[in-house]
Amino acid sequence: MRRAVVALVRKDLRLEARTRESVPAMVLFSLGTFVLFHFALDAQTVAGNLAAGVLWVTLLLAAVLGINRLFVAEREEGGFDGFLLAPVDRTAMFVAKASVLFAFLVLLEVVAVAAFAILLLERPPWHALPGLALLLALADLGIAVVGTLVGALAIQTRARDLIVPLLAIPLSVPLVIAGARGSAPLLAAAGAGALEGRWLLILGLYDLVFGLLAYAIFDFLLEE
Amino acid sequence: MFGRGLKTLSCVTVVLIVGAFALVFFYAPNDADQGFIQKIFYLHVPLAIVALCGFVAGGIYGILYLRSGDRMHDLRSYVAIHLSLILAVATLISGSIWARASWGHWWVWDEPTLVSFLIVFLLYACYQPLRFSIEDPQTQARYAAVFSIVAGAFVPLNFMAVRMAQSVAHPRVLTSTTAMPGSMFLTFMLSIVAMACLYVTLWKYELASKHASMQLRQLRRKLAGEDDGWTPRARRSAAPQL
Repeated sequence: MRRAVVALVRKDLRLEARTRESVPAMVLFSLGTFVLFHFALDAQTVAGNLAAGVLWVTLLLAAVLGINRLFVAEREEGGFDGFLLAPVDRTAMFVAKASVLFAFLVLLEVVAVAAFAILLLERPPWHALPGLALLLALADLGIAVVGTLVGALAIQTRARDLIVPLLAIPLSVPLVIAGARGSAPLLAAAGAGALEGRWLLILGLYDLVFGLLAYAIFDFLLEE
Repeated sequence: MFGRGLKTLSCVTVVLIVGAFALVFFYAPNDADQGFIQKIFYLHVPLAIVALCGFVAGGIYGILYLRSGDRMHDLRSYVAIHLSLILAVATLISGSIWARASWGHWWVWDEPTLVSFLIVFLLYACYQPLRFSIEDPQTQARYAAVFSIVAGAFVPLNFMAVRMAQSVAHPRVLTSTTAMPGSMFLTFMLSIVAMACLYVTLWKYELASKHASMQLRQLRRKLAGEDDGWTPRARRSAAPQL
């Protein structure tokens, strides 16, 4: 299975490197949303709860864009058929797609968090960075797992663009709760506060439950 | 197939509901600080609990469907989620009325139970659109089952996350029963049982009706001399077809 996963991941990364369909769109979308927030909130800088909210909502919506595109090539170019004909475990597709989505999200966040700090934060959040990175990594894992499930669910429907956000947004509410509440003290105006362990616990539990669940039921989402 | 025992069950449900209402109005005492409006509690909380259990039951039937491939399980899952959605709307409305009466606002954000219920409701509201947008009945059933399982697992997780995020102002019904006088507790328990019975009765009625109309359609087709019972027809509902 490992070889199949590696092959699929390499295929997707190469596809992305050549077509540049997902990550640039996600990055541009998040930059646009930051500008939008600047005018909508009429604020030069944001801090604390507000900063955490702006950052997490933007990242989540950008992730929805990526989820929307995740299986398009498979669907349109017959990748599903090719994969089903190959003598490999179907879960390989899930692991590969989740890893690719995770990689996309990390790339997005490297740019988007830097842009966020420059555009909307008063001073660079160096002290907050390790805590923020931990929260983002755990949340990315959750988004990758749930996003792969939702993307695979939606790809066979007539209204893919509609179903993905409708399903992904309620499903990721726990991630946003934990991520935003956890990073609010880190982004406080008075300097970085402490990161509470319970938010990491929620994120970890979410990743674990949905990871196992997706691992168990993803097979059924691929056509016979 | 689904009609067996329906009459007894209906009678039991009617008796239980009448009994529960009688207890609510004539036996349970008025709440000391909220007064009469507090009695909506005996409707609101059972509605919410039964709706959530129905969602989880839909997920369990989803698992059974994926394991066995039996279309009846898909139908059961569909009807369970469908009925739970209706109860969930009733829960949100009754909860709003109660909130307005006792806290002065129709909607209160720092209420973990309220907010997580809304999120769950929003998620399940996508169940029917999802079914609608898949044409092939096999795929539709399988995808709906996957959705019901994911969403069923999401229900407890979401409640935990929201509860941890917020204040502790909502009355915790099941953990704070020690604070509830015995008469209230008894009434409350009977209300839950009555609501659960009502749910199961409605569930069985809908299953029986769906099953009967499907059989009727098949017979009609046979009478009309169509060999193939699978001619596509315009659909007004996303219900599974057998």
